[in-house]
Amino acid sequence: MGSFRRDKDDEDEGVNNAYQNLEKTSVLQETRTFNETPVNARKCITILTKILYLINQGEQLTSREATDCFFAMTKLFQSKDVVLRRMVYLGIKELSTIAEDVIIVTSSLTKDMTGKEDLYRAAAIRALCSITDPTMLQAVERYMKQCIVDRNAAVSCAALVSSLHLAGSAGDVVKRWANEAQESLNNENIMVQYHALGLLYHIRKSDRLAVSKLVNKLTRHGFKSAYGVCMLIRIACKLIEEEDAGRGDLSESPTFEFIESCLRHKSEMVTYEAAHAIVNLKQTNARILAPAFSILQLFCSSPKATLRFAAVRTLNKAAMTHPTAVTTCNLDLESLITDSNRSVATLAITTLLKTGAESSVERLMKQISSFVAEIPDEFKVVVVQAISSLCTKYPRKHAILMNFLSGMLREEGGLEYKTSIIDTIITIIEENVDAKESGLSHLCEFIEDCEHTSLAVRILHLLGKEGPFSSTPSKYIRFIYNRVILENPVVRAAAVAALAQFGASCPPLLNNILVLLGRCEMDPDDEVRDRATYYYNILSTEKADLYKSYIVEKSNCSLSLLEKGLVQHLNGPLEQRFDISVIPKAIQVDPATHADPMVISTAQRPPRMTREEESLEKLSQVLNLQQFGPIHKSCLPVQLTERETEYTVQCIKHIFSKHLVLQFDCLNTLSDQLLENVVVDLDITDNYKVTAKVPCRQLPYNELGSTFIVLEFPSDIPDSVATFGAVLKFVVRNCDPKTGEPTYQEYDDEYVLEDLEITVADQIQKNKKTNFTAIWETSNTEDYVECEEVFCLSSTKTLQNAVDNVLKFLGMSAANGTEKVPEGTHTHTLLCSGTFRNGAEILVQAKLAVPEYVTMKLTVRSTDDDVAEMMLSAVG
Amino acid sequence: MDGSTLEPTLFIIKGMCIMDNDGNRLLAKYYDKNILPTVKEQKTFEKNLFNKTHRSNTEIIMLDGLTVVYKSNVDLFFYVMGSTHENELILLSVLNCLYDSISLILKKNVEKKTVMENLEIIMLAFDEICDGGIILDADPSSVVKRVDLRNDDIPIGEQTVAQVLQSAREQLKWSLLK
Repeated sequence: MGSFRRDKDDEDEGVNNAYQNLEKTSVLQETRTFNETPVNARKCITILTKILYLINQGEQLTSREATDCFFAMTKLFQSKDVVLRRMVYLGIKELSTIAEDVIIVTSSLTKDMTGKEDLYRAAAIRALCSITDPTMLQAVERYMKQCIVDRNAAVSCAALVSSLHLAGSAGDVVKRWANEAQESLNNENIMVQYHALGLLYHIRKSDRLAVSKLVNKLTRHGFKSAYGVCMLIRIACKLIEEEDAGRGDLSESPTFEFIESCLRHKSEMVTYEAAHAIVNLKQTNARILAPAFSILQLFCSSPKATLRFAAVRTLNKAAMTHPTAVTTCNLDLESLITDSNRSVATLAITTLLKTGAESSVERLMKQISSFVAEIPDEFKVVVVQAISSLCTKYPRKHAILMNFLSGMLREEGGLEYKTSIIDTIITIIEENVDAKESGLSHLCEFIEDCEHTSLAVRILHLLGKEGPFSSTPSKYIRFIYNRVILENPVVRAAAVAALAQFGASCPPLLNNILVLLGRCEMDPDDEVRDRATYYYNILSTEKADLYKSYIVEKSNCSLSLLEKGLVQHLNGPLEQRFDISVIPKAIQVDPATHADPMVISTAQRPPRMTREEESLEKLSQVLNLQQFGPIHKSCLPVQLTERETEYTVQCIKHIFSKHLVLQFDCLNTLSDQLLENVVVDLDITDNYKVTAKVPCRQLPYNELGSTFIVLEFPSDIPDSVATFGAVLKFVVRNCDPKTGEPTYQEYDDEYVLEDLEITVADQIQKNKKTNFTAIWETSNTEDYVECEEVFCLSSTKTLQNAVDNVLKFLGMSAANGTEKVPEGTHTHTLLCSGTFRNGAEILVQAKLAVPEYVTMKLTVRSTDDDVAEMMLSAVG
Repeated sequence: MDGSTLEPTLFIIKGMCIMDNDGNRLLAKYYDKNILPTVKEQKTFEKNLFNKTHRSNTEIIMLDGLTVVYKSNVDLFFYVMGSTHENELILLSVLNCLYDSISLILKKNVEKKTVMENLEIIMLAFDEICDGGIILDADPSSVVKRVDLRNDDIPIGEQTVAQVLQSAREQLKWSLLK
């Protein structure tokens, strides 16, 4: 008896291992069995399963292998075994993308799809649609229409879902099935209803009126499928968002009433969807929000982790838009900080940090520090990011936050975690002058024992930039020189560069620095020695202007543009010397902070491209850019039409040193028109000259096309501020909205666009200076022209408004965090800087005061006098 | 699309996956060409996912821009993935359907061994629950009705000699065991 038992166990092992160690070639060999008659269903099922399993494990079949296998499979249609047939369908779907001539099974599948066996029909439809291409669709169209309204729910679902898949490639054909979809909307089966709604919405989505009718009808006569109701809520939201804002109270709209009624639905899925939708609507008020928030609050204390997660995620997002409403849930959120699900806990903390009042910061930080050691690194990063945003919100709390961060810095943690802390500390230092000294000393302490070279280098660089301007620069020297003694070559090189900064900016320390640099000239590493020698020699000249151009201010070209510029230069005549000053300065790309902060990502981020680099790629495809030199700036797109008009046009201004390239992105939203030869006609002022126009040859329905105009800037800089009238001109050809076939009728037409403005701000590239005060003081030389004027800004009431406006008009970036006006003050100084398109540096100091209305004294320094004057006129 | 209002679409499921307790993929399907397009990326993601989920049984996690709901049983892990803006409860309903269907198919013996023994039926169940990202059916009993079509009694005419012998041996064995 015992032996039998063991026997059985062995067999179990055998079955279990049936899918282990499979060889692709031998499994494919086995497909020969498919040719046997009569078909051995069991055996064939096993072989098919093995093939599918292999593909699922990531085994790649060549086109040849797949095709052979596919043809062998077609033999199995002889068998009547249901499971086998279904596996064949699966095989067809799986292989249809790799194998050739898959359409061979069309007739077999069509037969199954129209046959009597219901078990075949639904699956056959789905298999058929995976091998059908738009050209063959006509042949099966009749059957598809029948199947959509079939009495069998599975068949109807399969047909609807397949139609939706086909709509991607053959939208026009599928559009003709709208009536059938409409009919199956009334089917009793909830899944049929759901799929029919999905298909119908997809067909009608560009027709707002039809969608609105659909929603009205369905909201009134009750929809049973919970999924369907969720979908309906999303459609309803979209409708509400698209309707013009401010059309009276939302609560009177029947569409909104429907969403609100869903809050009382019996399915949690639907109530959550509705609450989520209401919270995310753009135009809401406290009264509408209250019930939605109470639903979310209820979910916060649910025993199901998913419900808690959903609620906190929604609250977290709403914390930005409706902070006060979220505060009502604070108690519930606090209890979630210790949630067993770490995602829930982290979301709860970040939400609390976002909404937390200034007074509760201390308490929150205490709570966080109690558990921060236990959570994994990626959640710590999220916490650090939340603290970072808290710092910007409450600059006065920097001491507590900074202490907390330095505590975190001392703990164990990976590079990413440490980097995020360092990032945060650096932002605090940059934005908050009071925090600078303490922040720097925390960082100094950190590099004493830092295993990450990249971080040490960054901190040393920062010390070099900020240290010389602190109250006691000498105390940093020790920290920096310690690195020279103890670290690897990369860090040593960075430390040498930092020392040189002190030498250049703090004359009293110069002699000591020279001694230290002299020692570094003995370094075993080439780079360190080179740097030491370089700095030693410059510093020993004791000429301040040499320091300035070779030590303090390093040119920071955009590297990718420099590379392009050099390539361009090499392709040119090579008669002139390469001028590095025309390469645009590297702009710090704002890290994508708007991306969900709590999404924990382990994936690599794609390299960031600046707008300029992107537009350069696009422009060089249509224009010969060499003649213009390097690009100075690409402005943000400006809309020249209302949204939802027949044609929408947006304009991107690309600024070059003497030229202006206007890129008009046009979209044709009329399905019965094909536009040709689309150009924009500008009513330009006399000083501008149009040098080239690139029309858009064809603009079919719903495709984005671009037309370009190249203008030459007037030689007089102040004349460059102008407003142009614009008209879109094109040839219209009517076409069949269903097929997109154009007719031969054509006529000229035009469409008036909004005026296009060229402002001062357009021509200025932001150029953030970290040590504005130092640069401002050194700029008091004859290289710079200074202009000054006093303005009364009678229309602006607060200092913050004035600051925002000035930055907007000038297109500059503020330095030293002066773009934020502290609350409760009556005077403020705004410092900002930028570069004009001709390369002229611009520095601006604006002193603002608010007795009754804002008065501003604006001082502009620039290397070009025309530019300086124009800056004043830009504000006036 | 800033994701503040969700785009109305039926394409909700980004992927479904079953792993064993070593983190090996038994069956996995990804439905969005833009998300994890290659098998290599999928496997790295799965490895990551498994590392983060196999010890804490907490139902839901956000990872690499996806919301993943999961469930484990004996030596198996079931995952359903959707976008981070997706209604988590919809994803959970699909996960429950997947699990309950498989539980019904395997007559409550949900473990790696039985799953591998009935892999073809599990594959069909995957196919019946989600079609290219669209939820096809979320009711376990109706899913099972459509996929569990096995007929255990094979007509004697279609059996090979070996199979007949095998079943005879089987019967003999059991009669001895009784």
